[in-house]
Amino acid sequence: MFDNLSDRLEGAFKTLKGEGKLTEINVAQSIKEIRRALVGADVNYKIAKEFTDKIKEEALGTQNVLNAVKPGEMMVKIVMDELVKLMGTQSVGINVKGKPGVVLVAGLQGSGKTTFSSKLAYYLKNKKNLKPLLVAADVYRPAAINQLTVLAEQIGAKIYKEPDNKNPVEIAGNAIAFAKANSIDVVIVDTAGRLAVDEEMMTEISNIKEAITPNETLFVVDSMTGQDAVNTAKAFNERINYDGVVLTKLDGDTRGGAALSVKYTVGKPIKFVSMGEKMDTLDVFHPDRMAQRILGMGDIVSFVEKAQDQFDEKEAKRIEKKIKKNKFDFNDFLGQLNQIRKMGDIKSLLNMIPGMSKMTKNLDIDDNAFKKVEAIIQSMTPAERGAPELLNMSRKRRIAKGCGREIHEINMFIKQFDQMRKMMHKMSKGGGMRGMPGGFGGK
Amino acid sequence: MSFFKKLFTREKKEELDQGLEKTKTGIFSKISRAIAGKDKIDVEVLDELENILISSDVGLDTTVKIIERIEARVAKDKYVGTSELNSILRNEIVMMLAENEKEELEDWLPPSAKMPYILLVVGVNGVGKTTTIGKLAHQLTKQGKKVVLGAGDTFRAAAVDQLKIWSERVGCDFFDKGMNTDPAAVAYETVQYAINNNCDVAIIDTAGRLHNKIGLMKELTKIRNSADKKLEGAPHDVMLVLDATTGQNAIEQAKAFTAATEVTTLALTKLDGTAKGGVCIGISDQFKIPIRYIGVGEGIDQLQIFNKKVFVERLFEK
Ligand SMILES: Nc1nc2c(ncn2[C@@H]2O[C@H](COP(=O)(O)OP(=O)(O)OP(=O)(O)O)[C@@H](O)[C@H]2O)c(=O)[nH]1
Ligand SMILES: Nc1nc2c(ncn2[C@@H]2O[C@H](COP(=O)(O)OP(=O)(O)OP(=O)(O)O)[C@@H](O)[C@H]2O)c(=O)[nH]1
Ligand SMILES: [Mg+2]
Ligand SMILES: [Mg+2]
Repeated sequence: MFDNLSDRLEGAFKTLKGEGKLTEINVAQSIKEIRRALVGADVNYKIAKEFTDKIKEEALGTQNVLNAVKPGEMMVKIVMDELVKLMGTQSVGINVKGKPGVVLVAGLQGSGKTTFSSKLAYYLKNKKNLKPLLVAADVYRPAAINQLTVLAEQIGAKIYKEPDNKNPVEIAGNAIAFAKANSIDVVIVDTAGRLAVDEEMMTEISNIKEAITPNETLFVVDSMTGQDAVNTAKAFNERINYDGVVLTKLDGDTRGGAALSVKYTVGKPIKFVSMGEKMDTLDVFHPDRMAQRILGMGDIVSFVEKAQDQFDEKEAKRIEKKIKKNKFDFNDFLGQLNQIRKMGDIKSLLNMIPGMSKMTKNLDIDDNAFKKVEAIIQSMTPAERGAPELLNMSRKRRIAKGCGREIHEINMFIKQFDQMRKMMHKMSKGGGMRGMPGGFGGK
Repeated sequence: MSFFKKLFTREKKEELDQGLEKTKTGIFSKISRAIAGKDKIDVEVLDELENILISSDVGLDTTVKIIERIEARVAKDKYVGTSELNSILRNEIVMMLAENEKEELEDWLPPSAKMPYILLVVGVNGVGKTTTIGKLAHQLTKQGKKVVLGAGDTFRAAAVDQLKIWSERVGCDFFDKGMNTDPAAVAYETVQYAINNNCDVAIIDTAGRLHNKIGLMKELTKIRNSADKKLEGAPHDVMLVLDATTGQNAIEQAKAFTAATEVTTLALTKLDGTAKGGVCIGISDQFKIPIRYIGVGEGIDQLQIFNKKVFVERLFEK
């Protein structure tokens, strides 16, 4: 099936090494692999070609891989650097200054505009202490206004709507007046989904833009988008000259090559990534993480953050204390396993870790991976679970019987648990990594 | 964090340093081989074909497969001029779609032997499930079928309202248990409603879910099973809705949704845009699931029966 990019690169580099002596032909071969991989990650094929041509130039030019001691690594570095450079070397925030600041949100049908608009309101309200106003300017989709109303209520933000008005240009204009009169800091205008080829609807959105002169116009794009991302991004840009891009549904397992396609085509910064249906799953864009993701090289930072998100503070503190006192027990361990499971598909989580994808590719990892361990713990008495040191030989024997395992398996597990406990204890004293998943150190 | 980083970079290095493995010949060179053997195929034509396929999201693997089929065909038929190549290509793609379902569908109606006919609609977020349900209900109602829509998306904001509005537009029955209720219970009771009210068809909406979320995929299996519990053999159809703008990730979607619910049919939406939806060729071929409908707009009438020839022709349109 579709191998991910890091596998392909690894394959290409193996070829490089394997030939003994590197030649331009070897490099060309690996370049081709990189290109195939990019296309497999949904990067537009023309862009993939231009990008790899550039890589080739680099590889044979200034940073000549032919003379490098480790050409494979050198190649990875060149690709990574070039990709990050393309994606924008740093995060770009949004400008919501103004009285009020105005944000216009546009994009294709179902890309996640309404969800993003609400998340943005939530973010501005809670992180920036601003008073946002959500504007329901989608007069077409059934229950679009209701949807925004429910979300606004959920996050405790104000909403502006005119259920009987079918003119979004008017509604948006009126909303600005309303905002001025009601000391609103930022107005967020959620618009209907539209196709770039829909002349009438594209005129409508450019009219809305004209009417409200936003400080930020954002184009929302689904990270699963394929080759067409280029056409749409370009067409919207021609009509509304947006300031930034929002990439949605990154909680999925797509490689997200569309991000590169869009950035490359229109040169506008990606300002936010949306990673879930819940209101607090919005993040600023990290070009390096995205580059790694497209390259299939894992996204360790997102992994850790995802972990952090899942573990509630109180529980994390409690666990941390127990680790410090070296009192981490089987109940805590079970709890942690459950937490990890809540984070979603274990395989896709593991794939966020660099180099893991190769190992997990042929593994059928699902939550059964935890079953064995769970069965062992569940065969313990409550007292044993709370105090691992209780486990003597006869208790172990009983547990083995209880879960249908061999005694040496029980021993092995307890030994591993013990080692883990010691390691965590040590680390909790050394700083570095606070506790277990509860806190891998701050963001 | 740095701990993890160190751990895994070391591993990576080792992997990189491992022995050699020849990379596969790329599709680019594969094509030149095709040309070398049969001097009548023109390089540019093949390059162009390949670009068309890739830019339509057909994907590398399926593109290779198509090219291979052409190679085989060309070898057999002792071919061939450039213009014929085009028709061969189209033909082969149609064949890949056709191998799932022989006939070109004219129309689709639920078999009357199964009444009520239960249809479960699944897919990732925002692809057009609810809209497709509304349009389909309209088509069936127009043909005299009694239809009920079951509001199985009890999660996304205003999802129940959205489906309800569609049922009102269509003028068909509607069953819901409100927001934040158990979707499996909604499925069960929608089937029950269909039985009690002599409906010909029940269409059950579900919340959009990304296929890598194990918990949500399990929920889908539960929804499916709960329909079966009420009426053995239900749902008779599980329709996976795919968005034509989606790239290669659609393959992963098909894989996961098939595993969770035994998808029986596909609908491809948003074909009124510039996206070609080429990834469906590979999906249909690999999973042997036929495409039944295409969505060509947001309007109630903008659902069409999938036509292979038209679809393939569209791939080659500028
Ligand atoms: N998993 C996930 N789902 C998302 C994300 N963003 C949006 N969604 C879901 O995607 C679907 C579509 O989102 P909407 O916000 O309604 O999209 P929209 O662009 O406003 O749609 P239209 O107004 O119909 O064009 C909904 O089911 C959302 O819950 C995300 O980042 N992750
Ligand atoms: N242009 C076009 N838009 C479509 C088509 N089908 C659906 N849409 C639009 O896509 C958006 C999302 O459609 P929904 O039916 O809400 O999608 P869904 O899959 O039910 O979404 P969730 O339930 O949130 O996962 C809406 O704005 C629809 O009007 C189509 O064939 N063409
Ligand atoms: Mg919307
Ligand atoms: Mg829906």
